[in-house]
Amino acid sequence: MTTETKAESPTIQLDDYVPLLGQAEVEEIRTLASKLTGRTVQMVNSTAMGGGVAEILNRLIPLMKELELDIRWDVITGGDAFFEITKAFHNALHGGPYQARQEDFDLFLATNEQNRQRMEFGCEFTVIHDPQPIALIEARHGREGHWIWRCHIDLSHPNQDVWGFLRPFVFRYDGALFSSPSFARQLPIPQYLAYPSIDPLSDKNKELDADYVSSVLERFKIDASRPILTQISRFDRLKDPAGVVRAYQIVKRYADCQLVLAGGGAADDPEGGVVLEEVRKIAGNDPDIHILDLPPWSALEINALQRASTIIIQKSLREGFGLTVTEALWKKKPTVASAVGGIPAQVIHKHTGLLAHSVEGTAYQIRFLLSNPALAQKLGEQGHEHVREHFLITSNVKRYLTLFLHSAGIS
Amino acid sequence: MKRAEHPFQFVAVSYLTRIGNQVATTLAELRDGLEKCSDASIFYHTFQSLGRHHFLTEGFSNDFAQWALAALNRAELAERMAALDIRSYTELSDLRSDLLRITDEFCAAYPQELDRKAFEPFYFCESIEVTVPKGSEAWTLEEFRRGLEHLGHGSFNYHLLMSRLRLQLRTNDFSEWFAKELKLESLARRTDNIDIYTHTLDSARSNLLQFIDKEMAA
Repeated sequence: MTTETKAESPTIQLDDYVPLLGQAEVEEIRTLASKLTGRTVQMVNSTAMGGGVAEILNRLIPLMKELELDIRWDVITGGDAFFEITKAFHNALHGGPYQARQEDFDLFLATNEQNRQRMEFGCEFTVIHDPQPIALIEARHGREGHWIWRCHIDLSHPNQDVWGFLRPFVFRYDGALFSSPSFARQLPIPQYLAYPSIDPLSDKNKELDADYVSSVLERFKIDASRPILTQISRFDRLKDPAGVVRAYQIVKRYADCQLVLAGGGAADDPEGGVVLEEVRKIAGNDPDIHILDLPPWSALEINALQRASTIIIQKSLREGFGLTVTEALWKKKPTVASAVGGIPAQVIHKHTGLLAHSVEGTAYQIRFLLSNPALAQKLGEQGHEHVREHFLITSNVKRYLTLFLHSAGIS
Repeated sequence: MKRAEHPFQFVAVSYLTRIGNQVATTLAELRDGLEKCSDASIFYHTFQSLGRHHFLTEGFSNDFAQWALAALNRAELAERMAALDIRSYTELSDLRSDLLRITDEFCAAYPQELDRKAFEPFYFCESIEVTVPKGSEAWTLEEFRRGLEHLGHGSFNYHLLMSRLRLQLRTNDFSEWFAKELKLESLARRTDNIDIYTHTLDSARSNLLQFIDKEMAA
């Protein structure tokens, strides 16, 4: 049954961000919102908990309510078969293989139709997140209001069968939001840039006590006195953990350092387990390589590992937006990352970090930063400013307000 | 303290980025894009880019130059594009012409570079500007100073830099008001001389506040 979702974290308020953003920035968000007081907004997605979209909406909705927008959040429902199909669609839109079956399309449409009949519509602004509820655009028939499709996934190389099925629905929206220009497609409707965001007040990103950071290093037997290179990511071949180990092994010839590969997903993902074993094999018995398979509730530990690191690496072969890079930059960490997916939007080469295109290039950039700590610090500080300006939850709020103001012709 | 005939109206500004349908993967395609893209796109990748990256004070000028450096590895082209000072332009068409001229000169000198694949594509985007009056206005320099402290980065940049295109003058909103309304030509000149390429918006604002304090103390 479809229900309006109660957003969590009601205790966080816009003023809590003043120490991070400054009073003037927060005031301007209020100024923009003042023109939208009482305007109705509906957000629709497919899950209330778990996943990046729900995480963002859980924080975004209370902030929008505080700004006096009349906003509601609805979550569609469906059976296991529906969500298996949408998972397959998701992978296919990322370019994975998919054998199109008419019954899958029929069930997808039937589930959207059931949700359409159960849900209430009619807000001035309706934002539909991702492909799962995309066919709810049928509810627009005969109604006024602005309908926006927020696509959180990379559509640059989609499976043509799935994209061909979804495309006619996309065309009926007033606009689409993409996380990076590289994720967008040529569409006849306006496409806007909407970076994903991190919450600087969440466990994964908030400031930590130095004693806690030290205790985490002790627990994992990491030496705080020597440089620490870290990659935080799932044990997934597309994150190239084996490439990270090889880059570290090159660096190690020149500098006494340690490598931390920390992530999760190995326990519940058969391939993750295989990749983890491969990485352990490549790492051999080097005591300075720390491979940490962490449970999903390790936000504070990950935060501590990032803060304790000398350099953060994200040597992905393919990437979505790469929020682990955002997290690293927010913590003022010098970052070496691959120029894939949304990473170049965050790592502006030689300004907010260094980009690399190979194992050797990654190793060279790491060596360069280890030899030039003052420059490394500067890149970290500029990376922090870049995140503050563009990739925080407050930027996300501001972007939605701007979109609504523009759509409604208020300016 | 002198009171203006017309108050300074502070504005809150925010930008929406529209993703265009043009993409360049080579220098030849960038050149083509430069010729055909909208004025709003030239604005986004030059004026607005400087505002988006205001915290960078060394070597960042515009998106085209940054792409030539990071994605094409062509330092000479990057340097020449970066050397264009947007404060010299009151018309985007002039800025576009100079970007094209520099690109054409580089292509003529190094024709083999035209079709070399870039590390990453250049996506042409456009800016959509949304402004809302802040509801605060200044009639005196003292009131102006208070308002200045409450401006966000984007809005400060809107008044200091973006205004050049709006006014079609080689000046900015602040200097225009100081000179016309308060007859403070020297303050207007010093404000206009703040180097936005070597300052962050925060340090530019600090400079302006110091100029105002000196003026008020005089």
